[in-house]
Amino acid sequence: MECLTGKKILTKGNYAIANAAVMAGCQCYFGYPITPQSEIGEFMSGKMQELKRAYVSAESELAAINMVIGAVSTGVKAMTSSSSCAVALMQEALSYASADELPVVLVSVMRGGPGLGNIYPSQGDYFQSTKGGGDGDYKLIVLAPSTVQECADLTYKAFYLAHKYKNPTVLLADGMLGQMMEPVEFKKYPYPEIDNSGWALTGAKGRDGRIIRSYAPLAQDRCEFLKKLYDKYRIIEENETEWEEYKTEDADIVLVSFGSTARNAKIAVKKCREKGIKAGLLRPVTLFPFPHKRINELASTAKQFISVEVNMGQMINDVKLAVNGKVPVELINKPVGIPPSPDEIVRQIEVYNGSTSF
Amino acid sequence: MAVQVFKVPDSIRKNAKFSFCPGCDHGVAVRLVAKVIDELNLREKTILAASVGCSVTLYDFINVDSVEAPHGRAVAEATGIKRACPDKFVFTYQGDGDFASIGLAESMHAALRGENISAICINNTTYGMTGGQLGPTTLLGQKTTTSPTGRNREYYGYPIKIAEHIALCDGTAFSARVSLDTVANIRKAEQAIKKAFEVQLKGLGFGFVEILSTCPTNWKMSPDKAHERVRNEMMPVFKPGIYKDVTEG
Amino acid sequence: MSYITIDRDRCKACYLCMDECPKKLIKISETTNALGNKIVEFCDEKGECLGCAMCAQRCPDLAITEVYKG
Repeated sequence: MECLTGKKILTKGNYAIANAAVMAGCQCYFGYPITPQSEIGEFMSGKMQELKRAYVSAESELAAINMVIGAVSTGVKAMTSSSSCAVALMQEALSYASADELPVVLVSVMRGGPGLGNIYPSQGDYFQSTKGGGDGDYKLIVLAPSTVQECADLTYKAFYLAHKYKNPTVLLADGMLGQMMEPVEFKKYPYPEIDNSGWALTGAKGRDGRIIRSYAPLAQDRCEFLKKLYDKYRIIEENETEWEEYKTEDADIVLVSFGSTARNAKIAVKKCREKGIKAGLLRPVTLFPFPHKRINELASTAKQFISVEVNMGQMINDVKLAVNGKVPVELINKPVGIPPSPDEIVRQIEVYNGSTSF
Repeated sequence: MAVQVFKVPDSIRKNAKFSFCPGCDHGVAVRLVAKVIDELNLREKTILAASVGCSVTLYDFINVDSVEAPHGRAVAEATGIKRACPDKFVFTYQGDGDFASIGLAESMHAALRGENISAICINNTTYGMTGGQLGPTTLLGQKTTTSPTGRNREYYGYPIKIAEHIALCDGTAFSARVSLDTVANIRKAEQAIKKAFEVQLKGLGFGFVEILSTCPTNWKMSPDKAHERVRNEMMPVFKPGIYKDVTEG
Repeated sequence: MSYITIDRDRCKACYLCMDECPKKLIKISETTNALGNKIVEFCDEKGECLGCAMCAQRCPDLAITEVYKG
């Protein structure tokens, strides 16, 4: 695949992510194979060598994510990619990167869990990426593409936001997106380059050595740091919350769905409308920051929210928090695998509203 | 006219006070590392991947750019730093637990890949910072807080000989074990550290020095008795020497 | 004349330097520092110091900050 702009090509989500990362200026890729995202590392191994950038076949996911920490501490763009049970191994490093305020980019292509699970698509790592498995108080910026085109576009954005906010950022795709082919156009990297000369490790030329650390023996220091960190998260929430709405303006029922699953939810909305059911869709593009405010606004006019997910119900917790008891929140889900079909979603909406006519 | 024959290395941060226990050899090792950084004029091109353990605050002592690593991952971070910036001098300073227990996979694979980085590992046969538990280098027979009757092979297995293992990796350019029990050996240690740094500068591969060191606090010994233990108990098992040096022969 | 300089605030009273000095010119002082350590002091009334710097090489805390040989 070529790093060309301006023409559409048919490709897999995994390749779209990898190519976009190269075009975003990613200087170093470190990774360890795991289905369903191994194409990313395969693509990178050739491309990075060709471009005289760095690629390391790491000995483990632990090593890979820590190599990313090392590389980004020098100010360059660097990334790793992995999936579910292996992203679990990276949680410690993500906590460190949050505390060290380092622009780590992680592509997480979800598969079925818990444990080794299986290689079917899944959205079972909503909690893993938005609530975290590492220690302490921290937030990762989480972007959830729903098309192959978005896999590319949000990869650019992941690098931009990671560097803009000095915060680890996750591109949360799933096995469906990683493996399916769609037309995609690669634009030039559309974001400004972030000046990191104020903090990056470059060798202490003419100055004292900089220290990137989270270790804080004094409680007071830690308190001040955490307040500062959460001030940053508030700014991210104000500036970067992104979502898509479809027919929500007069909706009685608002479906909330992210990633590949949201595509079926959107078709379900169309089908509902044909049947005279006033449904709409809100698709969070950023899972952190989550569009709490907008969902709460919609809850003033809508009569019901339904979270549509491929897991046992994870994002529904955030939807409930956002709705804050104003109206009922239901779940339509598949535990793992192919998302609920539009017809299944419509049928379940009708079940939930059996005696109610909207 | 008196000539100055000893000074605090320039690469030590101004007014730095080491946080190590009284008599701990860590302080000697840190001084030697700083001295070699001075001698090779590396301070302004060095990036340190710091570790976890008693060595955790090395960045407070040595005045170079530094990034902390989770426990055991310093070598992985150093790999990332070096791959991103091949023109920088990149090193780690770790304890035996960090380098050879929790981080053994990272250490061995960096050596196997022949990463152009240097690693210093302090071997004091115990987990010092957490209060003297059994570690990967705890000697057979040694009593620790988690081997209260002494390490026996049936129950705990054997200690690891780190420098020998690293020397077996094809990507290793230099691997040595040194001791700090006497001033003569301190001088040898300095030469070994210098060599481990120089092989990186020449692009020859992984440079490694294991430093036999004391932990008077957890060994419950006076600092001078601790040096006797290094000589009498550690050095017969962990034999000092150069186990690999690609610049020789 | 050879001599050493001791940074009293860095001394942790491990006394390794005392054994190392071939002329036994380093002694335990009567004074304590801010850490509460009974620190060492350099006593060379007869000008015996060799300027060998063995003490400074041995000191784990950089408390012997300078050695002059003359």
